[in-house]
Amino acid sequence: MKFDSDVRYLETHEWARKQDDEIVVGISDYAQDTLSDVVYVELPEEGETVSKGDPLCVVESVKAAGDVYAPVSGKVVAVNIELEEAPEMVNQDPFGEGWLVRIAPADPDEWGDLLDIEAYKQLVEEESGS
Amino acid sequence: MSTPLEPLIHELSVPGRQGTPVPELDVPKAALPEGLVRDALPLPEVSEIDVVRHFLRLSQLNYAIDQGIYPLGSCTMKYNPKINEQTARLPGFVGAHPHQPVGTVQGALRLMYDLQTYLAEISGFAAVTVQPAAGAQGELVGVLMMRKYLLDRGETQRDTILVPDSAHGTNPASTSMTGLRVVQLPSDERGNTDLDALRSEVCERIIGIMITNPNTLGLFEEHIEEISEIVHGCGGLVYGDGANLNALVGVMHPADVGIDVMHFNLHKTFSTPHGGGGPGAGPVGVAEHLVDYLPDPVVRMTPGADGAPATYGFHHPPHSIGRVRSFWGHFGMLVRAYTYIRMHGAAGLRDVAEHAVLNANYLRSRVKEAYHVPFERICKHEFVAEGSFEGVEDVGAMEICKRLIDHGVHPPTMYFPLIVHDALMIEPTETESLRSLDHYADILLEIAEEAERDPDLLRQAPHNAPVRRLDEVGAARNPILRYEPEAEED
Repeated sequence: MKFDSDVRYLETHEWARKQDDEIVVGISDYAQDTLSDVVYVELPEEGETVSKGDPLCVVESVKAAGDVYAPVSGKVVAVNIELEEAPEMVNQDPFGEGWLVRIAPADPDEWGDLLDIEAYKQLVEEESGS
Repeated sequence: MSTPLEPLIHELSVPGRQGTPVPELDVPKAALPEGLVRDALPLPEVSEIDVVRHFLRLSQLNYAIDQGIYPLGSCTMKYNPKINEQTARLPGFVGAHPHQPVGTVQGALRLMYDLQTYLAEISGFAAVTVQPAAGAQGELVGVLMMRKYLLDRGETQRDTILVPDSAHGTNPASTSMTGLRVVQLPSDERGNTDLDALRSEVCERIIGIMITNPNTLGLFEEHIEEISEIVHGCGGLVYGDGANLNALVGVMHPADVGIDVMHFNLHKTFSTPHGGGGPGAGPVGVAEHLVDYLPDPVVRMTPGADGAPATYGFHHPPHSIGRVRSFWGHFGMLVRAYTYIRMHGAAGLRDVAEHAVLNANYLRSRVKEAYHVPFERICKHEFVAEGSFEGVEDVGAMEICKRLIDHGVHPPTMYFPLIVHDALMIEPTETESLRSLDHYADILLEIAEEAERDPDLLRQAPHNAPVRRLDEVGAARNPILRYEPEAEED
């Protein structure tokens, strides 16, 4: 199981990374592993405004379809269009090429609510152990 | 790739072969409009015997409830009595036309009226529509009625439906289809809806809750009455997903615990065929305050005066959400469900629920040492086990299910509900005998042993099926939905 130390996490297994003035969003290695082979990703429209906690994308695997929630409020400035042709990138490189959306954050304070790697590791341990 | 067991019917095509000779043209030949004539139409050219043999061979590669146990959780794959097929084929039903004047189809209307009445009695609701064509359409109808009822009261701010994470996946889907917002509620440590989470979510935005009882863990919601009170307390309504009614039929009235609207799956509880065997039917029952919102029309009976027979006709509910299905719903399914109810009677229907619950608990008790069953409780008509074994890697629900096929039985529902890892959702139904249940339990226990002894047996399963492990990921990522002759060379 891989954990990226440069990102913050959500309890619902998304990650968020600060890049320039934007927030890049994806799903964690644990999330992609639990979902198994991703077969389809439904992305939002660029320019859409989202509130923290809103459903942002749908990631569908052979096992299940799951909502991806917005880690912060803001405006969707880019979506990873490559995933339409190659959804398997979410499995192969969840913290890199498998990114989903870039958001221009509306409220910088929301970043502080996200989990750091240690807190997220503990959450995954509890969840996978149950 | 190995040679397929049965070619596509297109591959059986031989130019010029036909089943029925086309008669000589004996009317003037009319020209088709320019641009609508095509040169090639790749329909298979086959004889009658080619077609019969092709489809018979395909059917022999399949597995059916008439062959053996089919314990798909949440699907209630009970045996469908053959008498249902006889009544559905009675000449008066088969020959009826949907545009016939009501005076000439009184028998068909009476059957619909009686079925509405029986379902109302079984559930405790004030009225029932038999129009919706499937369970999920019934859900949509229910949500539309709830919304319209609240809108008519001026409560335009309500836009949210609460759905526990142990509900059927169609519940949030039906909500989303109406453009409403879904808020998911977690389960507590006993597998019930978390009451604290419910209390913190209820507010003036809530249209209601969609609750599946027993839930998808096969567990009875122990606080169902309290849930209804909390939701009613904020002005919302309670939708009951009746898909699991097989656990309750003849034992309790869902209306008695505060449910305002509920759909029935005739293809589950009332033995009409599933899927390829025929269309579904999803009647909806409502409490008194929603009666005027039912889809248009419902069948009404008018008692005859001075000893004359009653007559049946259509009633148009004044605040109806409108028509939801062309004509009168899936009438053939209504005949089958009516037959099933009449064949069982009230006592017989109670037996159905009691045996469904007994069978599920028997099977659960027999396998629970080998398969971890979260939430150690008496279950209802089904139970959910974890499809994994400690210390055995790369063996999950998929491997167990594929190995079950090797043993000649149908696998359970898997990967659902999502709140159990590698879920195996097992619903034997009341129509399985003790012998059949023991057979299934023995196989499950043997597979658990195989997983310890020789896990590759599971990882590579199925070994004995018509086809080996299928590329489900490939099929989902690159679906080929249409036959194209050009692809033959690949």
